[in-house]
Amino acid sequence: MTTTNGSNEAIPTLQLLDPQGNRVTTRGSKGYRDRAAALTTEDLRGMYRDMVLTRRFDDEATSLQRQGELALFAPARGQEAAQVGSAYALRPQDYVFPSYREHGVLQVRGVDPVDRLRFFRGSDHGGWNPTEHNSAVYTIVIGAHALHATGYAMGVQRDGTPHDKHDGTAVITYFGDGATSQGDVNEAMVYAAVNDAPVVFFLQNNQWAISEPTTRQTKTPLYRRGEAFGLPSLRVDGNDVLAVYAATQEALERARAGEGPSFIEAFTYRMGAHTTSDDPTRYRTSDQEEQWQRRDPIDRLAALLRAEGALDEDFEAEIKATGDELGAKLRTGVRALDGGAPVSTFDHVYATPHGTVAAERAWYEAYDAGEPPAPQYAIADSAQGGAR
Amino acid sequence: MTTMAERTQTTSGAPEPASGTQTLSLGKAINEGLRAAMRRDDKVMLMGEDIGPLGGVFRVTDGLQAEFGEQRVVDTPLAESGIVGTAIGLAMRGYRPVCEIQFDGFVFPAFNQITTQLSKIHNRTRGAVQMPVVIRIPYGGGIGGVEHHGESPEALFAHTAGLRVVSPSSPQDAYTMIQEAIASPDPVLYFEPKSRYWGKGPVDLDAPVGTDTLNAAKVVRQGTDVTLVAYGPSVATAVKTAEALAEEGRSAEVLDLRAISPLDTAAVVASVRKTGRCVVIHEAPVFFGSGAEIAARVTEECFYALEAPVLRVGGFHTPYPVAKHEHEYLPSVDRVLDAVDRAFAH
Repeated sequence: MTTTNGSNEAIPTLQLLDPQGNRVTTRGSKGYRDRAAALTTEDLRGMYRDMVLTRRFDDEATSLQRQGELALFAPARGQEAAQVGSAYALRPQDYVFPSYREHGVLQVRGVDPVDRLRFFRGSDHGGWNPTEHNSAVYTIVIGAHALHATGYAMGVQRDGTPHDKHDGTAVITYFGDGATSQGDVNEAMVYAAVNDAPVVFFLQNNQWAISEPTTRQTKTPLYRRGEAFGLPSLRVDGNDVLAVYAATQEALERARAGEGPSFIEAFTYRMGAHTTSDDPTRYRTSDQEEQWQRRDPIDRLAALLRAEGALDEDFEAEIKATGDELGAKLRTGVRALDGGAPVSTFDHVYATPHGTVAAERAWYEAYDAGEPPAPQYAIADSAQGGAR
Repeated sequence: MTTMAERTQTTSGAPEPASGTQTLSLGKAINEGLRAAMRRDDKVMLMGEDIGPLGGVFRVTDGLQAEFGEQRVVDTPLAESGIVGTAIGLAMRGYRPVCEIQFDGFVFPAFNQITTQLSKIHNRTRGAVQMPVVIRIPYGGGIGGVEHHGESPEALFAHTAGLRVVSPSSPQDAYTMIQEAIASPDPVLYFEPKSRYWGKGPVDLDAPVGTDTLNAAKVVRQGTDVTLVAYGPSVATAVKTAEALAEEGRSAEVLDLRAISPLDTAAVVASVRKTGRCVVIHEAPVFFGSGAEIAARVTEECFYALEAPVLRVGGFHTPYPVAKHEHEYLPSVDRVLDAVDRAFAH
């Protein structure tokens, strides 16, 4: 298939599943079709379950925000195929550097759903231990984490990790169309290219950077940015879970085998608002939203599963029940998050004692306890040893 | 790519580790400190522009790529945000990167990575991830450089929690402090006083690592009448001022802070309570500079011991001047003497 940019230029785009859920054959897609064909029915049902649960997570989190239980939430609605499809191609040893909307990726990585909302609750700046899931916490400064991913991949190279498409280690970083304008994303590709670092740059082009359309970021199809840095680059239909899976698997295998970085542009659409604070009616038309509604990634996989006899009422009911459990868990779990005692603000500022923080903490503790604040708070801990 | 076999070979072909006490320039002392840290821990690696075959524009990394290979001494693309951003990722994978920023004024492309990422990842992950990254920055003026080659941006980093900000003043401290910075699990901004790179002094190459040079100030000259507080390149200026004051019969104590984050307030207070007068010297502009923080703390802690207000000698609230005028901008012995006179006039 082809997609267009603002210029209506026809751009080759990998598609294995059309919007009606039919497996399609296009010139040059055989290798990808073979990868998709290797997915079992259970694999496809698993992807479907995770996509539906990701959307349920979105809906529950949005409700919690509307009830005042979350400070903010950034929904992933419409991007479930791009996220779940790419995450299914990961192996446990691979490492993920998400932006802040990758709820579907983290669903597949097994990060607890309540932990995924700690950040949005305002009870945590992160939410989970990255080393437990080989998944970094969210990064809010747009594109900054792309460099961390490249650096991590440079570390993988130095560890003497085997060059093997299955047993090697790859790194993947997720970012959006707005982030492609950031210097850090471009520097990350420079560093990855000259070092042959095992990293996959996974762009979710969801057409909107808050209110700015992709035409405010680029004059050229974004996958060509990757090409310009010397990276194998591809645009895929981001609402086609099979195409996303196949393209990501290929890129990850290349990285694990020591064949360097790749760039994938998943062409998709942010069906919801940027965040719960946003109002898309101010900058985009309902026509556009309806057009993309017809390309809903979940409907598309559902149609395939039905056609292949893999989606029945029992399975739908099972997913619905799992979703209800998820909702109940979120409603209870999120409300219980209080961020700990205020004094915990002073925790983990440094890994080793730091005199200034220790002194301020001592002053705050005295103040909080209703004791007269120590008049010499500025040196209270210096007396304990300057920083010791 | 260097294989393990090649790496072993180059290492075995390297000279035996230096030992004993030698007279070294400050720049060479840092070089030896880097070498010692790299020999001790093979996760230590250097990253920066022109640090490989060239050995850095100040030759601080001279010979290190030849000894440790291209995988451990990395000539990076010319992009400072990339240097620090990839160092963060390497630290997450268990490495201890030491980044060289070529000149003070070139740190700003990396300012975002340092202040929003490097300083906060340990906190963001509630202690699960440590950031043992050192950022070496040649700083300060006095070498006749062009624009952005003489600036002192240390206060900008001291203002950000999560970073340690240090600056050595002597070859011995330079040697020890770089090794302690590398051993630290926290990110350390290591400001190198570039005008003092060529000054020589004794360095005990067997000096222990694991002391407290990143936290504790040091009295470099004892005195009774006034405390001169300095760090980095200004320590030598303070010592020369103290020598001139001695000829006038005034006894100045010189305190080398070594670090401005954390600030060893106790050491400053102990000295000022003894002398009753305090002059802070740094090359950075005094306006919102580290001297302002020191003056506030001294005023709060030593109010009844003070004979005079705390005074500051430093740069002006102007862009760093052209090389022709930099010696009027930098704190000189004459300007410090003037401040001391004003302190005694109270």
